[in-house]
Amino acid sequence: MYRFAISRLLQAIPVLLVVITVTFFLVHSAPGGPFSADKAVPPEVIKALEEQYNLNQPVWQQYLSYLGDVLQGDFGPSFKYSGRTVNELIAAGLPITAELAFYAMLVALSVGITAGVGAAMRPNTLQDYLPMTGAMIGICMPSFLLGPLLVLIFGIHLDWLPVSGWGDIPGDKILPSITLGTGYAAYIARLSRGGMLEVLSQDYIRTARAKGLSERLIIIKHALRGGLIPVVAFLGPAFAGLLAGSFVVETIFQIPGLGRFYVQAAFNRDYTLILGMTIFLSTLIILFNLLSDMLAIWLNPKLRQEIRGTN
Amino acid sequence: MADAIEDHGTSLWKDAWIKLSKNRLALFGLAVLIILIVTSLLTPLIAPYGYETQDLDMGATAPSLQHWLGTDIFGRDMLTRIMYGGRVSLMVGFIATAVALVIGILWGAIAGFFGGRLDAIMMRIVDVLYALPFMIFIILLMVVFGRNILLLFLAIGAVEWLTMARIVRSQVMALRNQEFVEAANSLGLSQWTIIRRHIIPNTLGPVIVYTTLTIPSVMLLEAFLSFLGLGIQPPESSWGLLINYGVETMEEFPWLLIFPGIALSLTLFALNFLGDGLRDALDPRTSKD
Repeated sequence: MYRFAISRLLQAIPVLLVVITVTFFLVHSAPGGPFSADKAVPPEVIKALEEQYNLNQPVWQQYLSYLGDVLQGDFGPSFKYSGRTVNELIAAGLPITAELAFYAMLVALSVGITAGVGAAMRPNTLQDYLPMTGAMIGICMPSFLLGPLLVLIFGIHLDWLPVSGWGDIPGDKILPSITLGTGYAAYIARLSRGGMLEVLSQDYIRTARAKGLSERLIIIKHALRGGLIPVVAFLGPAFAGLLAGSFVVETIFQIPGLGRFYVQAAFNRDYTLILGMTIFLSTLIILFNLLSDMLAIWLNPKLRQEIRGTN
Repeated sequence: MADAIEDHGTSLWKDAWIKLSKNRLALFGLAVLIILIVTSLLTPLIAPYGYETQDLDMGATAPSLQHWLGTDIFGRDMLTRIMYGGRVSLMVGFIATAVALVIGILWGAIAGFFGGRLDAIMMRIVDVLYALPFMIFIILLMVVFGRNILLLFLAIGAVEWLTMARIVRSQVMALRNQEFVEAANSLGLSQWTIIRRHIIPNTLGPVIVYTTLTIPSVMLLEAFLSFLGLGIQPPESSWGLLINYGVETMEEFPWLLIFPGIALSLTLFALNFLGDGLRDALDPRTSKD
């Protein structure tokens, strides 16, 4: 297990190097430098700026010094937000996005698992069809459609909930969390239904039933652990999706998190901010994929044995 | 020999069709898809108004007999806008999926067929690419190279081929040692001919299923980017872009958000049901239940 974790961690290093290298050269090959702005800038100003941002050196030298900085956790200054570093901007946005993602995941897991497990307990009945149809609708209702519709209904027509901001007015965290979480609730419902159905047909569940255990106890003590493995394996990719989803949700609800910074940096062509955030977000996603893989293996003895066998 | 394979082939497809035709939701999906494709192809002929036709005096109006789905703030007919937008959305869905198909099938078939070190190297590349957060990369590409529709096809296609390569590889690995491949080998056919004539056709089932499920996810990706303003650019239009415009004016003119939203959701719904139905129909293991 530890050996597997370490080998996976080591594999992540070349991936991260690829990310840094590709992003760096992509951004540097962008037509029109960062200062080819609308206004004519005096040449001496450009020269000073280029010196400040190291743009007068050959590209490979810039690359090496950037790589050195990144390895020390320094993403340099932002091009557009003058006087602020990329690190500061990430530090400002991260807690907000993390909180949003946490609530969204809470919505997704609680609704999704309840619906999926409930459906698996009575397959091909109304208790199965209703939540599964709901899940299909949830999957086909992207966040950028669901969010505005929720705003329209609960924010504008019923006037129950605030429609923008984060932590300014009580209740303003509800709509963004639901918007971001719904799609994942739908996937998790389908995954947990499938996983539970498979587990519930196994012999050890029959044994538990034969022992006379209550259905409740069978689900909680015996079935959930195996039945939720697909959900756990999905958590890593879901996390990547949540970050991408935060781009949309934070834009709709005007939340000053990482997602909104990233989209604005894309519009402003804030090259250092884009570069730094791409590397930062990629690292996060790779780490979370690793964590969810490890968790899935830890839950599944069969996989654990396979790994022991190959090592 | 060839006949025997043919017969087997048709019976598999016939069997699949029988199973599919019992699945009402999948048939509904298929019907929606056919209607969409036909409408998209005929849009320039059957659209009620011209794409650019606007009536600035009229502005945004609610659905009426003249404009079934209302008009937008420039007095343009919403039904026409949605039809043209659907053309772009579907085109992105199909072309990007086709790009993914070609790369994925070739990559997976070559890796699976030759095996050994080549396979190890090729699949390691897929593993590395899998770990990259592609949504972020597509945004980066759109920023760096401008918001170009062709680039969008390529970028999305380049993301979606990885799963296809894995599926095809595992299929090919299983097929490689079957007798009919051995027979083709002993007949002296070239490796390339064997891949093309015998291996690829036999992997079609899972490939079709995955393709049907890739199209909606690609369309969703395009709509997502267009919604953020990083995908399709005006004067072109797509459902994602229409939803984006709809959000800006949804307080006064909610139908400008709701109709493109319905169009997108209904299409995704239909394609997902069709994909699920095809998976059940083409997977021999499901015949047990």
